[in-house]
This record gives sequence, structure tokens and C-alpha cells, in this order.
Amino acid sequence: MLIADNISKSFSGVTALDKVCLELHAGKVNAIIGENGAGKSTLMKILSGVYTDYEGQIIFKGEPVRFKNTKDAQAKGIAIIHQELNLVPHLSVTENIFLGSEITTPFGLLDKKAMRQKTQELLTRLKLDVSPDAMVADLKVGQQQVVEIAKALLYNAEAIIMDEPTSAIGDKEVKVLFDIITGLKDEGKVIVYISHKLDELFTIADRYSVLRDGKFIESGEMKGIGHDGLIQKMVGREIILAQKNGQKAAAGELLAVSELSLLKEGSKDTKLLKDVSFNLHRGEVLGIFGLMGAGRTELLETIFGLHANEATGSISINRKKHQFSSPADAIKAGIALVPEDRKKDGLVLGLNVKQNISITTLHNLQTGGMLDDGKEASLAGKYIGDLRIKTSSQKQLVKNLSGGNQQKIVLAKWLATKPSVLMLDEPTRGIDIHAKTEIYKLIMQLADGGMGIIVVSSEMPEILAIADRILVMCEGCITAELSTDEATEDKILSEAIPKTNH
Amino acid sequence: MQATTTTKDYKQQLAKLQPLIALFVLCAIISLLSDKFLTVTNVWNVMRQISVNICISTGMTLVVLMAGIDLSVGSILALGGAITAGLLKNGVEFSSFNLYMGFTILGACLAGILVGSVLGWFNGWTITRFKVPPFVATLAMLTIARGLTMLWTKGFPITGLERNFSYLGTGWFLGIPLPVWISGVVVIAAILVTNKTKIGRYIYAIGGNENAARLSGININRVKIAVYTIAGALAAVGGLIVTSRLDAAQPNAGVGYELDSIAAVVIGGTSLSGGRGTILGTVLGAVIIGVLNNGLVLLNVSPFWQQVVKGLVILAAVIIDKANNKGE
Repeated sequence: MLIADNISKSFSGVTALDKVCLELHAGKVNAIIGENGAGKSTLMKILSGVYTDYEGQIIFKGEPVRFKNTKDAQAKGIAIIHQELNLVPHLSVTENIFLGSEITTPFGLLDKKAMRQKTQELLTRLKLDVSPDAMVADLKVGQQQVVEIAKALLYNAEAIIMDEPTSAIGDKEVKVLFDIITGLKDEGKVIVYISHKLDELFTIADRYSVLRDGKFIESGEMKGIGHDGLIQKMVGREIILAQKNGQKAAAGELLAVSELSLLKEGSKDTKLLKDVSFNLHRGEVLGIFGLMGAGRTELLETIFGLHANEATGSISINRKKHQFSSPADAIKAGIALVPEDRKKDGLVLGLNVKQNISITTLHNLQTGGMLDDGKEASLAGKYIGDLRIKTSSQKQLVKNLSGGNQQKIVLAKWLATKPSVLMLDEPTRGIDIHAKTEIYKLIMQLADGGMGIIVVSSEMPEILAIADRILVMCEGCITAELSTDEATEDKILSEAIPKTNH
Repeated sequence: MQATTTTKDYKQQLAKLQPLIALFVLCAIISLLSDKFLTVTNVWNVMRQISVNICISTGMTLVVLMAGIDLSVGSILALGGAITAGLLKNGVEFSSFNLYMGFTILGACLAGILVGSVLGWFNGWTITRFKVPPFVATLAMLTIARGLTMLWTKGFPITGLERNFSYLGTGWFLGIPLPVWISGVVVIAAILVTNKTKIGRYIYAIGGNENAARLSGININRVKIAVYTIAGALAAVGGLIVTSRLDAAQPNAGVGYELDSIAAVVIGGTSLSGGRGTILGTVLGAVIIGVLNNGLVLLNVSPFWQQVVKGLVILAAVIIDKANNKGE
């Protein structure tokens, strides 16, 4: 039995886990459920030795343990299979399974025969019909997953954590996986299973544990609870946010997206977006909700001209059709995108506040072909004032600012382009509640001024509080359009959760 | 809070001055050991030698600021010089039309620079269009341009150039050697570009965070191609100076120059991962390498040891730079 005892963890002041106590039973499939950001992944990373800096303790087989790293956790019997597989594509199955724990002959050479034999045993046990010499890159994703499981078994793992194991595999492979899981369960192993697909949990899981906002809510037998019951436990919370100024009358169409599809890069038939159509009105805040992998970010990026080669469909602004082949085109047409990951995509961390704000509009800040320092400083000054960006000076490097102020700088650089459509991807991720409220207020103000705003968020209270209309996405499709009156957390979540066909 | 900011600022200022201090110490040591070092003739001589590296390294700095690299500058230098020398001496003959085209000095120089630009453009094109890593694309150009130089010169030096042409590399203007004027103009132009123009800002943004730059609507490919083109052109300018000074275009001119150039950029504090650095730093780096080369010769250090010392200096510079930027 694996027990989390009073585990807390915070990231630079933001609490991710708050005194979580959790019992995971041997010989059972223990499902961990919760919304995005509920703390599931953080907890799993602590249990498997990825994060070593936390409060509280882990009790495994009746003894308190503290892992130094993942290797240590593995050696003590806990293995994790991440959503993104950790295999080296151009090595063979055997080489991957034994990576880091190779068997050697007395002369220090690799004992390939012994490793191959052991691999064959593991593959037979898991009923995977591939050669131990096959290259991992040539296997299907489902088969690669089984290789990961084989790796866990090699270390005699007694607890195996699986993070969204079915997110990338087809129904047939899911069945194979479930057979393996059932087998492992019967051997008395602790299986921890994380998935958004509730239907799946009712097939495979024995017990559930709910996390919400970093706190443990409750555990129980899957038998005793229904679909709706689970959803209720996942969302049941109350957060009061800035309330919007009542329903707005639709005031003319600004943006129309019709039958937008997006192929996965380098693939011929895997679609990340499937015939997405919607429109956006002047002065409207359109909320888009979806779980991870629903295609929310891809939708915004495609509208912004980032996937010109893989996308089909049409985009019109003010009833005029546009074909964006790059972000530059989209910006010219009045579209702005505040990306999900501000450090990776939004800011140049080594440049200062002024330089980051002006980067989108340098063409307007020149005199005689040279950048005009005065114009640049006054632009930056205006937004630092308007958005109340807290910085010691315009010359402060943005990497030294807090998350909230960084986010405001990203907003500033886009507002400087005077967009008519502002798209925000997770605009308040990782920022404190005060900055959050300020950003909500700003969104309302901009909408009141006639801007059309799209907010993608995985935080439901956020969507419910600021959106005039809500689209729900699931697996690349829009599955529901809800007005604020009819939208409830339960309704949204049940449309966002993938339906498996069995 | 206030106090820590000022100490930090102070530290940063000091870090900026480090190359300057290093240069100062280096000069002091050499002049103590050799009385020939601080003579007027030697100082001008050193500056004349350095100016070639400064031209090349200015272009290299722009490339490295974008997190790129250009290994082809030495070969492009050779080809640029050879083209100019060949055109000056032989012109172009179109035998089938019974036509002969002679070149003025200016025309031949511009042709050399044009060829350098075209090869630089080609570097940028392969890097952006086919996503070839800059290291590989310019490594390929290193041998391509060298091969073209051999073809153009048939493997022999082109000598006996018009007398006025040698003025470029050996002449004086207002008491200062002409190559120093040329590299000075190049440096000032580059400082203006990096600090005062849109493209300069874009160079820093691309090197600092290419994703963010792309999402900000910057046409990244255009900026990259422009910068590699400039680097090619400046390498050719270096080729003109070298050719003029020697009064000959050597087919193997500029071999290994890319290394001295990268060394100057790195010693000058430009980060090889892009986004951070200055032209002025590179100038300092080039001067340090130049003074070091000169000093080691004056001190009769064996050429073999000279290479060892140069390598150690580069290592030390990078290690110090890393230590300075650790807290960031």
C-alpha cells in the first residue's frame, strides 16, 4: 500500500498541493481524478521521485520513504509512466528496457544475450508480439507504452503510476492495455491511474480519489458512484470573481471562423481540429473551455496564422475573407494573441520592459529610419500606467518581474497594435489573485470599448465569470455552445470529457 | 532592497568593464617585457592588422546575437579578395561576343563585396528555407567558397595589381591608416544598426526568444537572411583589405579567420546562445586577440605556444563570462 501523508507543495508561493492525504491500495486500480490544475500531476511527480522538495511524507509498504530522485524511487519499487513516453526512439526495445541498468559480462562488455532473453520474457508476459530487437521508433504508440510497462516490471515495480495512458492510443490498444493492467492488479501491484476519460475509469478502476484545487476531497469505491456524482465532486467549489455587466446585445459580427481543420504536422489523417466553426461579435467575450489536448491552443494558433500549411477552412474579419500565412498577416488584419506560455512564447526575457512592449509596433516608432527613443518610451510609459505594471523602470529586464506583471507586459505589447480581436490563451495561469482580478477587469473594459475577445481557459470559474458565451471543445471539435444562463460547471465538464465508444 | 540593487548594478558595470581591464593589463605586461610594443609604428601596425578581424567579427556578432554562427567568413574573405583582384587585373572577356570589360578599382571592389553578399545570402537562404542548422550550412559554404576561390585563381596568387589599389590596405588618411577608417565606419554603422534600428532590435529578440519574436509578427526569415548577407559582405570587405595590403590575392587567404572572429565575439561577451552582446564588446575582443598575437611575436614566443596561449585566453574569457551571468 502506498500512502501520501499530509503532503504539501508550492511553486514560488503558489500552493499546488495542500496537506493531501491519500491511500492507494495494492491489488486495486486507484483512479486519481480532478480538473486541470487540481494537483494530480504534482502529486504523482512527488510519489515517483521527480519532485523531492515537499512537506509531509510518503509511506510505502508500511515504512516512510523519501526518494532522492526517480531512479531511487524505481529501485524502491515505484515506477511512473508519463503521458509523454520516455523512450529513445532509435534504440531497440531491449536497449530501451535496459537503459541505465545494462547487464554486463565479467569483462565489462554488454551481455546482449542475457538482456535479450529477459526482454523476451517480459514481452511474453505482457503479450506484446514484437521482437526484442525492433526499433522503438517503428512501434505503434500503444506498443511503446507496453515497452514502458515492461521497463517498470524489470525493476520489479510494486506500484505503477500511469498518467493519461490512453490519451494517444486507439480503442483496440486500450483493450490490450486494460488486460495488462488487470493482470498486474491480480499480481497484487498498486496501480495508480490518472485519466480525464471518466467512462474508461468505470471500466478499469476499482477506487477513486478526488483532488480539487490542491486539496484531497474524498476517496471511495467506483461501484458506489455514478458519472454525474464524480463530476460534481471534481468541480464542487465556489469562487466569486468579478461579475460582468449583465448580458450584452450582439453588436455585429467581427470574426467568423468556418470549417477550420488542422492536420497534425507531418501526418496525413490525424486532425487536431475538426471543422471548427464559430463567430465572435463586437464587444463580446467568448469563452472557450476544453481539457488538455482538446485543441484550444491549436485553434487560436491557427487563427493567428501559425499553421498555414496544415490548416484548411476560412477566416473572415468584418465579413472579409482572409488567408493568414503568418502571424504578421494576422496582426495586420487586427488580430492579437496572448499565448499560453508567456515565458516560452510571449516575452524575450533578456530584453527590458520597454523593448518587450514596443516589439510589435517598432514600425510606428521610427524617425528617419532610426528608432525614436522618445516615442518608444512614451508608448511603454502609457501602458505601464494604464495596466499598472509594477516595475522599477522601463529598463528593468522582464525576467526580473513577477508573473502577473509579465503577463501585463504581454497584454501591453498586443494592445499597442490596437487589435479588433484579442485572443487570450490561459490569461491568468500562474499569477496571483490580485493580478487576476485586474486582468479580468481589463478584459471587461476592452470588451466595453468594442473589442472582440476570445478567452481560452481550463479554469471553469474564470470562464463562467467573464464570458458572455461559452464554447466547449473536446478532441478537436466544438461540442457545445452555451449561453451564460444555461452554462453550469457540470454541463460544461460533461461536454468537455471525451466519450469513448465502449 | 535599494542597497542590493545598487551593488548588483555596480557588479554588472564592473562585469562590462572586465574585457577593458583585461586589455589594459595585457598591454601593461607586454610593454614591460618589450620596449618595441608601445612604439608608434607598432601600434599602427597592430591596428591595421586588427581591422580585418574587426570587419569580419562585426558581421559575426550580428549572426551570433541571433544564436547563429558563420564558419564561412574566412573562405568568403578569400573569394571576395580574389574576385576583386582578378577583375582588376584581367577584367572579364566574353570571347564569343569579342567583348572585353575592364574594371575600375571601385567597380572591382563592389563586385567583390557583391559576391560576398550573394554567398552570405545563400547561407541565410539554406538556413531559413531548408532549416539547415547554421553550423552545417556555413560549414558547407566554407568549402564551397574556398573551392570557388581555387577555381577563380586556378590555385595561384593573383599579383601585380594596380598601384592605387594598394592604397586601400596601406594608405593613410588624416594620419590614421585607411583600414582603421574602414573598420571604424563598419563598427559605427553596426552600432547604429544594433541600437537604433528595427532590424537591430529584431536581431536581439530572435536570439533571445525566437518563438516570441515569431509570434510578435516579426518576419524571422527575412531578418536572418539579411544578417547572413551582411556577414558575407563584411567578410568580403575584409578580403579587400587583405588583398590590398599584400598586393596579391592568395587562394588560401583567410584560412582559420572564422576562429579568430568567433573568439573575438566570445571574448567580447556575446553569448553563443544569442540575445546578449554588443558590437563594442566584439571590438574589444578583436583588439585583445590582436594585441596578444602581436605581443607573443614581440616576445619571441614560439608560434606553437602562441596557439596554446590563445586557446587558453578564449577559455578563460568564456568561463569568466559564465560566472558573471550566473545569477541571471
